[in-house]
Amino acid sequence: MDAITSHPDVFGHGLLMSLQISACTFVLAAAIGLLLAVCRISPVRPLRLFAAVYVSTVRSVPLLVLLALFVFGLPEIGLVYSLFWTVVTAMALYWAAFLCETVRAGVRAVPVGQTEAARALGMTFGQVLGSVIVPQALRCTVQPMASLLIAVVLNSSLAAAVGVTQELTGQTVLLDQQYAQPLVTFGAAAVCYVLITLAIGRTAAVLDRRLAVLR
Amino acid sequence: MTSSLREEKAARPAASDDGRIRYARFTTPPGPGPARAVLARVTRVLDRLDGDDTRLFDAPGPRGRRRIAVATVASLVVFALLAAAAVRQFAAHGQLDPAKWQLFAQWPVIRYLLVSLWATVQVTVVSGLIALPLGALLALARLSGNSLLSRFAALYVEVLRAVPLLLLIYAFLLGLPAVGLRLPLFWQLVWPIVLTNAAVFAEIFRSGVRALPAGQTEAAHALGFGHWQCLRLVLLPQAVRQTAPALVGQLVRLLKDSTLGYVVSFLELLNAAKVLGEFNHSVIQSYLVVALVYVVVNLALAHTATRLERRLGNRRREPGPGTVATP
Repeated sequence: MDAITSHPDVFGHGLLMSLQISACTFVLAAAIGLLLAVCRISPVRPLRLFAAVYVSTVRSVPLLVLLALFVFGLPEIGLVYSLFWTVVTAMALYWAAFLCETVRAGVRAVPVGQTEAARALGMTFGQVLGSVIVPQALRCTVQPMASLLIAVVLNSSLAAAVGVTQELTGQTVLLDQQYAQPLVTFGAAAVCYVLITLAIGRTAAVLDRRLAVLR
Repeated sequence: MTSSLREEKAARPAASDDGRIRYARFTTPPGPGPARAVLARVTRVLDRLDGDDTRLFDAPGPRGRRRIAVATVASLVVFALLAAAAVRQFAAHGQLDPAKWQLFAQWPVIRYLLVSLWATVQVTVVSGLIALPLGALLALARLSGNSLLSRFAALYVEVLRAVPLLLLIYAFLLGLPAVGLRLPLFWQLVWPIVLTNAAVFAEIFRSGVRALPAGQTEAAHALGFGHWQCLRLVLLPQAVRQTAPALVGQLVRLLKDSTLGYVVSFLELLNAAKVLGEFNHSVIQSYLVVALVYVVVNLALAHTATRLERRLGNRRREPGPGTVATP
């Protein structure tokens, strides 16, 4: 047990790092994903095609392949920046594809009548999208977004596999190598992940109930 | 629904045609040239590729069409610039050197990749074959009337879905030797994948059963079926049918999970790319080639899933926002 009690800071820092990676990834992925979703439903064919191909390609590449490509491949063509941000970029690009699909599903869930009514009022495409469709679409994507966020947090552990060992899984491995108490160290890490997941799930349930559009 | 949209789209040009189009048709030589047939075909393929979200906008008017044309050209220019920048970046660092790419046309390298792809497939198939029945058992336990059993299954599913696979793999890798258990490398990778994916499969099965109308259960009970009879003869056959596409989709995830063999140094596709890249100084090329292989295999699997969905005919159910495949 002393593996954890004597190193609360190591564990805490790991947890903090994991949350940092996840938060940065999710925010960046949300920005890229929204942009992709707008491209995906725009009337401009090259944009629509690009978004469609991007989503189906990136969704079929394993995250670890993307991470390896970014972390070990980008320096080969002269793009070197901090490991943390390299990892975050790769993850954000990966999750953006899933986010785009979630947003698109939300957009498709908005009844066509809403669009038609907005157009009948003389709104432009941007106005229709910005003040009618997207707000409604985002409301009914709370639950899928939450499961995406959970996936982002869980998969932030893959950062350890490409060298960001400061995060929770990496720290756990280091602690285990020091103390050789696998049950305690891995158990504690698992508890951390379960707690984070539960917290996200509960928050999403509350938000969903508050924001749900009654139809 | 899809087909009606297509028809509408096809009907639009005819409805909105103006003098110019008629004039153009008048001056073209009789008999549709092969170029036009090719163009129509390309348009059809593009239509299928980029989805059917066109219901968001009206058929654009002259000004809208002009704006769309400008945006089309602008976006094409931006894509061209991006591609040029990428090529320049590759060229500037000597990564377009033909020797670095020709490597992947040599039989020994191809064979090496094929062997490792086979290892990836083996991991996927073996873990799928174990995880699927395990997941079904878990789902049955969770649906059973026994509160102890169903609580255990619920706890298992919730915990295993909330723990990263990598953590589990490290736990097997570092934890098992500590208690004196030595597994072959293959099983050190397969068991963690099985344990996490069984939980996911269980959830898929359970949601399939729960999505069935309550009338099915009630009717079965009214006919005098017991709990198990009802489950076995009425609910499960329907649930398996409905969840088949989701199960195939989960196979894609399993295949992606097998890349974690990289961590335990099991020689699957990603690890093979690493070895190839380091040995031949073609890191970025190896990873790109392997990424392409994954894309091809996974798209084939996804294609199977959609065909399965169409064949099983649950088209009447409109996919809601919650049915998007999560990674």
